[in-house]
Amino acid sequence: MTNQTYQLVCGMEVHAELKTASKMFCGCKNDPFHAEQPNTYTCPVCLGLPGALPVANKRAIEWTIKLGLALGCKINLFSKFDRKHYFYPDLPKGYQISQYDLPFCYDGTIETEHGTVRIHRIHLEEDTGKLLHKTVAGKQLSLIDFNRSSVPLVEIVTEPDITSAAHAAAYGKQLRSIMKYLDIANCDMEQGGMRLEANVSLRPANETALPNYKTEIKNINSFRFLEQAIDFEVQRQTALLEKGERIPQETRGWNAVKQETYPQRSKEDAEDYRYFPDPDIPPIRFTTEQIEALRAELPELPDAVSRRWEAEYHVSRSLAAQVLENQAAAELYETLFSRAKQQGVSAEALLKNIQSKKVPAPESVGAEKSLAAFEALQKTESIDTTELTTIIHKVLAENPDISAKYFHGQKQIIGFAMGQVMRQLPQKSDPSQVRTALLRELESST
Amino acid sequence: MLLDKSIAELAGLLRKREITIEQLVLESIERCEQGVSLNCFISLRDKQALLKEAREKDAALSDDKHLLYGMPFSVKDSYVTQDLPTTSGSRVLKNFISPYTATVVQKLLDTGAILIGKNNQDSWGHGGSNENTDFGPVKNPWNPAYISGGSSGGSAVAVAARMVTFSIGEDTGGSIRNPASMCGISGLKVTYGRVSRYGTIAYASSLDTVGPLAKSAEDLAIVLQTIAGSDPKDGSSSHRPVDTYTEGLTDGVVGKKIGLPKQFFAENYNPEVRSTILAAVEQMKELGLTTVELDMPMLNYAIPIYYMLASSETSSNLARYDGVRYGTGRENFLPESARRIMLGTYALSAGYAEKLYKNAQRARTLLIDNYADAFKQCDFIAAPTTPSPAQKFGELLDNPMENMLADLFTATINIVGVPSLAVPAGFTADKLPIGLQIIGDKFQERAILTLARAYQDATTWHKEVPEIHL
Repeated sequence: MTNQTYQLVCGMEVHAELKTASKMFCGCKNDPFHAEQPNTYTCPVCLGLPGALPVANKRAIEWTIKLGLALGCKINLFSKFDRKHYFYPDLPKGYQISQYDLPFCYDGTIETEHGTVRIHRIHLEEDTGKLLHKTVAGKQLSLIDFNRSSVPLVEIVTEPDITSAAHAAAYGKQLRSIMKYLDIANCDMEQGGMRLEANVSLRPANETALPNYKTEIKNINSFRFLEQAIDFEVQRQTALLEKGERIPQETRGWNAVKQETYPQRSKEDAEDYRYFPDPDIPPIRFTTEQIEALRAELPELPDAVSRRWEAEYHVSRSLAAQVLENQAAAELYETLFSRAKQQGVSAEALLKNIQSKKVPAPESVGAEKSLAAFEALQKTESIDTTELTTIIHKVLAENPDISAKYFHGQKQIIGFAMGQVMRQLPQKSDPSQVRTALLRELESST
Repeated sequence: MLLDKSIAELAGLLRKREITIEQLVLESIERCEQGVSLNCFISLRDKQALLKEAREKDAALSDDKHLLYGMPFSVKDSYVTQDLPTTSGSRVLKNFISPYTATVVQKLLDTGAILIGKNNQDSWGHGGSNENTDFGPVKNPWNPAYISGGSSGGSAVAVAARMVTFSIGEDTGGSIRNPASMCGISGLKVTYGRVSRYGTIAYASSLDTVGPLAKSAEDLAIVLQTIAGSDPKDGSSSHRPVDTYTEGLTDGVVGKKIGLPKQFFAENYNPEVRSTILAAVEQMKELGLTTVELDMPMLNYAIPIYYMLASSETSSNLARYDGVRYGTGRENFLPESARRIMLGTYALSAGYAEKLYKNAQRARTLLIDNYADAFKQCDFIAAPTTPSPAQKFGELLDNPMENMLADLFTATINIVGVPSLAVPAGFTADKLPIGLQIIGDKFQERAILTLARAYQDATTWHKEVPEIHL
């Protein structure tokens, strides 16, 4: 009896690199994963050279605010960047430019099929360089690639609203889909373009207060690992709690090979980041009008689109979610569905056939051809109802014992009847359609 | 001596072909060589390369060239340059060559001015005596037993000893005005944001300013005109249009009001300095100005506010010199820098930041209010530059607290962000220079340069030249 006595309390911190053309505080190209050579997209600013100064990337700030607006956040009209200090070889200035007490966005929500997750805050910061430990000519070396240094990075922090590993994964996927839909981040998880952290603790199922500890699982790069890591932690922490042990506040990593978390850093050596406002970057002020202008630029978000499609085209939301990857796809399917509706074609059936690849996708052939292909397929597969009724009448008249046996409870006679009808149909037909029509005929003839 | 002449005079002589840039540069090199014991340069450009550049510039001289064309100048070693090493006065950067050049240096090079070398300084700007350097102390040309002041001591000495026509210093708490005052020359601390900081090795980013040191207010104005303006590479530079500083500087100052904060004129510092400054105020009254006494109580907190903020910021700015990317490690920081880094680290630490750093920021706001109120009552504020004339070597080094107090009259100007300049106003009985400070409201560089020009038109202190003891 593990999960019955304790309840998961989980919040997440997600980092995602924004896909702006240039880096966060300099004009260097922001494309760390496609650079041909390490340390080519660098300059005095992102190398932290003496005398260099950061200048904030306006677009990155606007995109962060758009993300916030998409998640229903409030926006701080007065905001600023702060310095977060720690020493690490991939951090060339000895501090990271981040946001401390005045993030651009706060208090939002994300809906998932497992429940709502409240967004605590969204702030903007710069990514670090990348360390590579390898052996070169027999010597163990740590190499640094600064192509990633100062790439804009948003951090999205939730409230501890997540109640299961599946919930956590659903949240992450939903967040990723929104960022991709807004076209602000590629969220390539394998490359580290999106990184997940889960704060996991347990409390007795009947309690509502937050536990007095949390375990931070850092740098998870897939949703599968996220679920596995949370499930592992739930089991590990449950066992400790059942033994009456106190769980220390610590940071843990996920070992995907061993399928377990492992301790990385305890609270005792938690760093004091000595945050203070970055004096090189003037505070940022927005007017309500500027924020509203950004809001007006927001597309209709996937959630709203799928709701509307459900109402207008009777497309189920789970099906819709699979094509709502980006705005271009949404527009394409919108065209497709509205044409289908005009022609009295079921959008749901059309979408199912596209997804099962029976009909070519509009992404490859265009909406018109996709719709035409579906109509052609329907012609060959569905039977004219008048013709079907005529044949059923004929079969029932020629075999009067079908009706008799059916009404005496010998329902299996329907199989024989179907065979008789199918044999007389002009082409290979949908048995369920035949069966439905046959049953309707038998029932109505009483 | 050509280098004793004003920039305008030299530019006129060049255009009349009465002198050549080669002569000017050669004299500059010779003065540097003669005054080598003053130790005001960390690096000098190669003599032959300089003379070659001078000859090329002579050949290309035309009347439409910039006033600074062909003028030998120097910069404090806190400005990164591609052609000469940049150390910021510290062994930590001993072998550092910057891959780029600071905006201020580039702007000057673009006029055709000729960079002679880079000046000694208190390392990282930490100090007011130019003793806290890994390249040896800088000596005062008026008496080599005395300090030059700092942290831009090398720049002040290079100008005072007529080695260059002007120099670029950096002022965080008085680092231009203090040595200018102690060496008997003029120095301008600009409004925060008026001159780009890009390429300036940071001491305390919210206080650092880039400004000129020269023989007169007239020359300061020419250099300021060249280096002022917004820079897309410095987000803290101002977009406000640049005033004209070089024309109409002789316009009258009659009827303008000078504020005298009673906190700057108490009898708690060197009496020779105080009486000299009071005499300078009398002189300005004769020019047609009036005075008003001010009460600015926050001035009493100048030193604690300044050292909390400057140390906090410097502990952050110097974090990058951790020994990973630059050749030499942290053990190379001198005691004064180590003290400031530790103080700042402490002031920003969890549990202390509220009491120390954040309180200093609140006090900063009060100080800004004090100055804003003051400038409702007057056009200028007059003050001494330093509480005492130059000290003998070792006096400040042995007494770090006294070293801090040297910033008493200059630091609040940086905290508030207003402009201020130091001009020579007299000498002690021992013939050590004393400097008057003229402070203006934000972006009022033109106004304070005008007053300084009027004062210098009526006085000769700035024309006194030290005899360099060879």
